Amino acid sequence: MSRIEFDKLNVWFGEETDRVDAVKAASFIVPTGGSFGLVGESGSGKSTILRALVGLVPSWSGTIEVDGVALGQRRPHSFFRDVQMVFQDPYASLHPRHTVDAMLSETLKLHRFKDIDTRIEKLLADVGLGPEFRFRYPHQISGGQRQRVAVARALAPEPSVLLLDEPTSALDVSVQAEVLNLLQDLREEHQLTYLMVSHNLAVVAHMCEHVAVMQNGEIIEVMGVEDMRAMSPAHEYTRRLLDAAIGYKRPSDDAEPVF
Amino acid sequence: MTEKLLDIENLTVTFPTRSGDFDAVRGISFSLGRERLGIVGESGSGKSMTGRAILGLIRRPGRVTADRLMLHGKDILKMSEREMQQVRGQRISMVMQDPKFSLNPVVRVGEQIMEIYRFHTNASRRAAWAKAVEMLDAVQIRDPERVMRAFPHEMSGGMGQRIMIAMMLVTEPEILIADEPTSALDVTVQTSVLAILDRLVEARGMGLIFISHDLNLVSSFCDRVLIMYAGRIVETCDADKLHDAKHPYTRGLLNSLPRIDKPARRLEALNRDPAWSEAKSVSGHL
Repeated sequence: MSRIEFDKLNVWFGEETDRVDAVKAASFIVPTGGSFGLVGESGSGKSTILRALVGLVPSWSGTIEVDGVALGQRRPHSFFRDVQMVFQDPYASLHPRHTVDAMLSETLKLHRFKDIDTRIEKLLADVGLGPEFRFRYPHQISGGQRQRVAVARALAPEPSVLLLDEPTSALDVSVQAEVLNLLQDLREEHQLTYLMVSHNLAVVAHMCEHVAVMQNGEIIEVMGVEDMRAMSPAHEYTRRLLDAAIGYKRPSDDAEPVF
Repeated sequence: MTEKLLDIENLTVTFPTRSGDFDAVRGISFSLGRERLGIVGESGSGKSMTGRAILGLIRRPGRVTADRLMLHGKDILKMSEREMQQVRGQRISMVMQDPKFSLNPVVRVGEQIMEIYRFHTNASRRAAWAKAVEMLDAVQIRDPERVMRAFPHEMSGGMGQRIMIAMMLVTEPEILIADEPTSALDVTVQTSVLAILDRLVEARGMGLIFISHDLNLVSSFCDRVLIMYAGRIVETCDADKLHDAKHPYTRGLLNSLPRIDKPARRLEALNRDPAWSEAKSVSGHL
């Protein structure tokens, strides 16, 4: 379990005239063992916050604290064990020519674990995959099973924080349900802290206790999940997101016709 | 609504594989009027293949067979490739999921829209340019003259998709097949793209086949829905009654969706019954 605190995080790309401010003064706290969602449209900076946390962006300012320790430009080795990430597209994030076994054992070796064999068996069981999946290649398993492998790989170093970057948006709804259930179970079993990025508000409402809504690099609203369920956002933009999440609404007749 | 733009009987799409023939679509029948017809299903259910088969886009070794595949009383399957060229793009258009893969990356946007218009109308360059600008304007692209000269990579996803729609509608087709037209887009952009499609159907009496995996979206956007599973239609209903659907597969899909208004600790996983894929296809005729 870990607590993550962002204070006035700025992330930018390029310099001077080319400078793009991807994240502007973002501040929020993910409590120990909590589950926090970042929602917003593409380009709003939600994934960039995750990337800043793991050290994948070159230029940032402000403070990022994990368990009260501020992160510098270089992260300590233990950080990469404590914080793990699950990416959006399991078709892209798994090496096509490595077996499940090779991917998991590489991670375990990197983190200098000894009992690799038993750990792989345990990890596969944790994510609900049978031992028969161990020596398969990604193309031999379905999308949902791939995402389970990606979760197993993230769990391998025994992290306390999982960063979930759109973990189910490439999956069918029935498979999404299975993966979300798995993530819920794992969070309880392993006492994980989740920081989740998604454009699907229903998924975030299901998974998280708190949600930050982002627009153009700024956090415009942080709200509890109850406010979200009650459809009572403070910000007009959040209302539009919530309306769109529920379905398509025919515009009223006085709207200007195009043709 | 009663006029049938498309009338399809017993459509099958087959691909030979090393382990024998695989039927991606297995004998489905439906018709399309001047309406918004949604086709929903999971990946691999055959919904995209149905759309492609109508446009004659299934290439060998894939095979398309049907008792009837009528466009306004003319059988598409009996048309020559030359006749198909006239149908494709002019009478039936298709918008694909991701504009990044549908637009030619090295040709300016304007040239691409003009090409399709001139192919079907023999219009002059000047007239085609004016028409293309008009279409871009119609899909609410600001500064269409600039966009005409831009390359696809300079456009955002939402703009790219609107450009695709403009391109597909420049020939004023009767039928538009939209294959997941908004799933690569942000929700607020999605709303505006849907509003554009919606108005086109209303204003021009176009028939729209809206292929999607998003049940909420289809139930709120379309008039009628076909639910596909394993290459067959398992259920058909009015879109606004989708939430009262009877088939266990449709129910399972609906229950596996997280809901903002109804919290659940666990989501229901779908238990697939082998009988679903064996059951005969339901008719989707009007």
